[in-house]
Amino acid sequence: MKYIDEYRDKKLVEKLQAQIKTASTKQVTLMEVCGGHTWAIQKFGIPSLLPDNIRLVSGPGCPVCVTSRSYIDRAVAMSRLKDVIITTYGDLMRVPGSTSTLMLEKSKGADVRMVYSVLDALKIAQELPSKNVIFLGIGFETTAPASAAGIINAQREKINNFFVLSSHKIMHPAMAALIEEGVAINGYIAPGHVSVITGAKIYSGIPEKYGVGCVISGFEPVDILQSVLMLVRQIEKNDCKVEIQYKRVVNYEGNVKAQELMHEVFTLRDDWWRGLGTLPCSGLGISSKYSSFDAEQMFDVQVEPTREDKGCICGLILKGLKKPTDCKLFGTACTTANPVGACMVSHEGACNAYFRFSK
Amino acid sequence: MENTILLGHGSGGRLTHELIKELFVTHFDNPLLHEQGDSAILPGCNEAMAYTTDSYVVDPIFFPGGNIGKLAICGTVNDLAVSGAQPLYLSAGFIIEEGFPFDDLKKIVITMAGEAQKAGVRIVTGDTKVVNKGQCDKIFINTAGLGFLPEKFRDITSGKRVCAGDRIIINGTIADHGMAVMAVRNFASFTTDIISDCAPLNSLIKSVLDAGIDVKFMRDATRGGLATVLCELAESHNMSVHIYEEAVPINENVRGMCELLGFDPFYVANEGKVVMVVADNDAERALAVIKQNEFGKQAAIIGEINELHNGKAVLNTVVGGSRIIDMLAGEQLPRIC
Repeated sequence: MKYIDEYRDKKLVEKLQAQIKTASTKQVTLMEVCGGHTWAIQKFGIPSLLPDNIRLVSGPGCPVCVTSRSYIDRAVAMSRLKDVIITTYGDLMRVPGSTSTLMLEKSKGADVRMVYSVLDALKIAQELPSKNVIFLGIGFETTAPASAAGIINAQREKINNFFVLSSHKIMHPAMAALIEEGVAINGYIAPGHVSVITGAKIYSGIPEKYGVGCVISGFEPVDILQSVLMLVRQIEKNDCKVEIQYKRVVNYEGNVKAQELMHEVFTLRDDWWRGLGTLPCSGLGISSKYSSFDAEQMFDVQVEPTREDKGCICGLILKGLKKPTDCKLFGTACTTANPVGACMVSHEGACNAYFRFSK
Repeated sequence: MENTILLGHGSGGRLTHELIKELFVTHFDNPLLHEQGDSAILPGCNEAMAYTTDSYVVDPIFFPGGNIGKLAICGTVNDLAVSGAQPLYLSAGFIIEEGFPFDDLKKIVITMAGEAQKAGVRIVTGDTKVVNKGQCDKIFINTAGLGFLPEKFRDITSGKRVCAGDRIIINGTIADHGMAVMAVRNFASFTTDIISDCAPLNSLIKSVLDAGIDVKFMRDATRGGLATVLCELAESHNMSVHIYEEAVPINENVRGMCELLGFDPFYVANEGKVVMVVADNDAERALAVIKQNEFGKQAAIIGEINELHNGKAVLNTVVGGSRIIDMLAGEQLPRIC
């Protein structure tokens, strides 16, 4: 397939493998921040292609995984309201809340629908004016502009039964926080899709302040291996900086139009991240100008007290301090069929990827 | 937490297997059920009989490449055929929602008659129930099938003769049915030319068996996709199943849609695909025979049985890496980004 097969070329992969081996003399830990990278790395068996001195750890960039239980609990509570339709990206349906999941609520009769785009949710709202359609807005800068566009469209079309429950977050504060917390990372394989929107500029503080390089990577095997090579070369030369490997879609400034949409609809707020706790100015709340579309403002629900599972080390895994196999629940109490922690739910979650591809 | 039936219990993956094992097989306990093949093998007077049943609830009921009636015939015929049996008789039970258009029912029934004729089976008994509007989704069909199983093919369904060195063959491209249905069900906004692979495989399978090829295991890769069959094969006899990703045939349009939506084609449903394990020295000949059949033009040898990872199915990825193939946990849900 054009534009894909070129980046899965076995000969190129072998060449990169050899170059990495030659270039790399030190023991290094590289973190792939984005869940899409975690998935691709496991899917193509990338770890089996790297020398032993290069360790890849998974970071906090799976939107499902870092979302708080209380958010799921709130969505579950809203799904129980009369005349409410919850619309969501698929993965979120299986994420455990304190005592339920959206999928379980669906099996009990709640109207929970999987959508591929916020525009699908908008269409449902348009077609069913007697229902309140709540879209679960999760994800980083990748999905936030789409949610913003959904709200702006709703306003323009005067669709007043459409709401967004925002758990949108922005990526780079978490990357800084991990280093602040003392997680030993020698380089970041920085997120590709997020960077299409934000541009490479948002990472400039990380090499400057912490001496950790960032290479923005694509999602195919050749992309990832080339990014590893670029980071290894930075580390070997002690020359940490922001570089773009994923040049075919990422530039320094990013998608300015999408950034403007986000700024128009959202305001920065402190937000809670699984494993990292509350990070200042890391979440996107809906600004007061658009509060009539903010599900949090418009639906007063009783949310059950948050209950975290004992023994789940998702937090430590998201910080790259532990591997999924270090968790005593991994593969026993926590499996892809019966996930305990969010990292086991999403295909992008480190535990899920480990369980499926390398257990 | 799960004290209700979830959609994942019907996905054909891990939850389905647990439900079957822990509830149905436990309570319906008997030795014939324990074999857990695509058909039950019943002792007969001269020849054993193979007996199978399946229910069809596809949505939408008409899709590119077929309809619910075609599925109901082909699915049951294939379950018999992959057991090594010659399919002969089918039953057909209909549950129809009040208000269902008569013309649609007629179309479905005519399709069923045509497919039955093609497959050389007769529909010899049936049942019809009509339920109140909203109590079923348009139409559900159950078919059961019966066929004779020659003694020499008795062990195909269990796969107990499979051993290291055997080769794995599939009769064509994967994931066509699942993506064809998905495209019309969920993505009215974009058009594809993906067509379901729904087809009766009994003539193809008969040609292989008639050629005297040593077939040691067969299963049709339906719900749960190719991956689930490979896992079942690996787990049931603690065998090491090795697959070469680049050898697995897949249509470009299907691959593109899977890439776009974040689906793994290994887990997407097929309705006209059989996975065969044959003795090493018969593999090339089997491939040639399969390729002569209209439903085997794109057949390929996709892997082998070895002794490297017993109990596991391992995929050699296109770039030379390796990873485990596991059974699907719930439903395959698309990724977020």
